[in-house]
Amino acid sequence: MSADFEKQLTELKQKIDTMKPGPENKLSMVIFSGDMDKLLASMIIATGAVAMGMKVVLFFTFWATAALRKPEGQAKGKDLKSKMFGWMLPKGRNKTKLSQMNMAGLGTSMMKDLMKKKNAPSLDQLFDIAGQLGVQIKVCEMSMDLMGFKREEIIDYPNIDFCGVATFLADAKNSSIQLFI
Amino acid sequence: MSDIAIAKVLDLKGLPCPMPVVKMSQEIGSVQVGEVIEVHTTDPGSLSDFPAWASTAGQEVITTEQDNGVIKIFVKRLV
Repeated sequence: MSADFEKQLTELKQKIDTMKPGPENKLSMVIFSGDMDKLLASMIIATGAVAMGMKVVLFFTFWATAALRKPEGQAKGKDLKSKMFGWMLPKGRNKTKLSQMNMAGLGTSMMKDLMKKKNAPSLDQLFDIAGQLGVQIKVCEMSMDLMGFKREEIIDYPNIDFCGVATFLADAKNSSIQLFI
Repeated sequence: MSDIAIAKVLDLKGLPCPMPVVKMSQEIGSVQVGEVIEVHTTDPGSLSDFPAWASTAGQEVITTEQDNGVIKIFVKRLV
């Protein structure tokens, strides 16, 4: 009986030694959408999460990468298709549109007016706060390549990196919250 | 709340979500453990957001008051 017990005990000890720590107090968010309203929601959740004491990592992929562009013109040396994407996609976060009720830009500008009136933080302010609070931004390298964006076209942000899907998955696996927007 | 010693008054009036909790989390470190910050906000969401923030951040909301559209929240620093 005691030999059996000792055997169980050593097995248990081995299990504990190989155990990995549980999820961190961290939020991993995929920001896929390049719509203004969804970007606003993402940034509000991100800054709120830091206030709650969480680490926050934002993965910008596909349409959302356009929101990270500088408002200035495109980089030189692109092929025709990349140039076309560059022309057609929003040049930075302030050129993004509402996902609904855009009405050829009228809805978006009305929303911006309303936000100003109600003192709601703009995307500029939210990115600024997020940077100060240490929110990490990771940009999907493949989306950058697909859209033909070059690194020098991406905004200056205190904590920005370029990565692939494995980086996101490794982060998401250790996060207590994962969101896809 | 005259019986509570207030270490700091934080005026967050006019700031909508998520700014009240963001500012709160930045300011809590400016007082000593055990001291109380009196927060003034006009964002009705703060009534549920501050207790939620406090329970996650390990701080304490002692009480809340409403006075002419201004919400007063008394937050004690525990950690």
